[in-house]
Amino acid sequence: MNGADTAFVLISAALVMLMTPGLAFFYGGMVRVKSALNMLMMSFVSLGIVSILWVLYGYSLAFGGDIGGGLLGNFDHLALSGIDATTLTGGDEGIPVFAFAAFQLMFAALTPALMSGALADRVKFTAWSLFIALWVTVVYFPVAHWVWQEDGWLYQLDVIDFAGGTAVHINAGVGALAAVLVVGKRIGFRKEPMRPHNLPLVMLGAALLWFGWFGFNAGSALAADGTAATMALNTQVATGAAMLGWLVYERVRHGAFTTLGAASGAVAGLVAITPSGAHVNALGAILIGIVAGAVCSWAVSLKYRLGYDDSLDVVGVHLVGGVIGTLLVGVLAIDGVGGLNQLGKQAIGAFSVMAFSFVVSWLLAKLVDKLIGFRATEDEETSGLDQAFHAETGYDFSTVGGTPASRNTVQDLTGTGAAAPRNKKVDA
Amino acid sequence: MKLITAVVKPHRLDEIKEALQAFGVQGLTVTEASGYGRQRGHTEVYRGAEYTVDLVPKVRIEVLVEDGDAEQLLEVVVKAARTGKIGDGKVWSVPVDTAVRVRTGERGPDAL
Repeated sequence: MNGADTAFVLISAALVMLMTPGLAFFYGGMVRVKSALNMLMMSFVSLGIVSILWVLYGYSLAFGGDIGGGLLGNFDHLALSGIDATTLTGGDEGIPVFAFAAFQLMFAALTPALMSGALADRVKFTAWSLFIALWVTVVYFPVAHWVWQEDGWLYQLDVIDFAGGTAVHINAGVGALAAVLVVGKRIGFRKEPMRPHNLPLVMLGAALLWFGWFGFNAGSALAADGTAATMALNTQVATGAAMLGWLVYERVRHGAFTTLGAASGAVAGLVAITPSGAHVNALGAILIGIVAGAVCSWAVSLKYRLGYDDSLDVVGVHLVGGVIGTLLVGVLAIDGVGGLNQLGKQAIGAFSVMAFSFVVSWLLAKLVDKLIGFRATEDEETSGLDQAFHAETGYDFSTVGGTPASRNTVQDLTGTGAAAPRNKKVDA
Repeated sequence: MKLITAVVKPHRLDEIKEALQAFGVQGLTVTEASGYGRQRGHTEVYRGAEYTVDLVPKVRIEVLVEDGDAEQLLEVVVKAARTGKIGDGKVWSVPVDTAVRVRTGERGPDAL
């Protein structure tokens, strides 16, 4: 067993885990205040649902032996049977399969959560939970097999997808588009202002995503080696470049450098460097970043022109960014593979995942809608999903601005005669 | 008695409070408010989508005073609220029939 690689992959798994709550904050800050908790929960619940499905059968479907044609794994490892703490990937210098399975679990949990932003403010929590359970089973596990299992058909075709441009980002982006077309627009889309309620939370989420993404990208080398180092460096460079690309585009087009633009640009860069970062040099990473930032900042306006309510721009950022990274690496790859031939293979990879994911996601969304109804009622939607599904509100808006009372004058509200502890909020 | 109402920029609240205290005002009420006057609202951009925000945040400060103090107090509030820029707000005064201090039942100027 290679101890260094094992340590690196385990740490990377923990970093990738943090991306799902990071995404929850990123999305949660962007919605209106009445459904902020619901938005957080749509991501967070994925960590629960997918973790269980992954060990029960997901790992086996994605990384079990091929059932034929490179389409799906077999059922040999249901409930991780046949694997124990001593089972290694590869030969004696491999890492424990448990480490690999934990790392890949985090990807499987993040991917459906990515779609949640497209469906903000209007779906039932139960329907969403059912949808992601079905979606990872029928869409994500097979596509992960295609791309990353040695016998997967896209792997065999030599499609470059280092850390998940197709399997994660194109897959989630297209799945989100299909679900949006089934679920429909938010009430008041394009009529009422739907401003982000908490941009600092969005920035916090983007920062956590950026941090966790080092595990996602560099960790995908599955070894503490030069490839991981290349990926880590390129991840940083492309993300910085994409943030600048987005900011410059929107300054020219809309007149301001926005916080939301900086956060969105960073995420677009992270998406685009995901498939490509291990195969390009620093200049390639800068180019990929700038293109992703500028093109995605344009792409988010498409929903208004085409009339679909991809509420938080999952399509504009993850689908478009994923396609940019997946295609550009075909041309920019430096290890002797870049060229028209590779570009063709990249296009096959990108478009086959798009076609499969769109059709199956659409059918699944329809199925969920038939079974239990995907959408919240009009009343629930207009009054806010937080109270409807979670019996909570995100914030306690009770005080007027002004000077806070002195800390030393906490009154005795308990009626016991004992002084209330400082700063402690006493329930009446 | 008169009720002085000021709808002003939120960041002037502390100055106004201090000016009123210096004048000897015993109590006041503050409410968060939104509105617009001649300056109208402003435009915000989120991922390229522009929103016109008509209502801008204001605070409304209400003070009950004796008739004789009203004119002078109005000036105190206006001076403390003024930044000289558009959107500074309005201050007005209206007559009040009576007021009651809830705890003691005192009425009129005694209740202030």
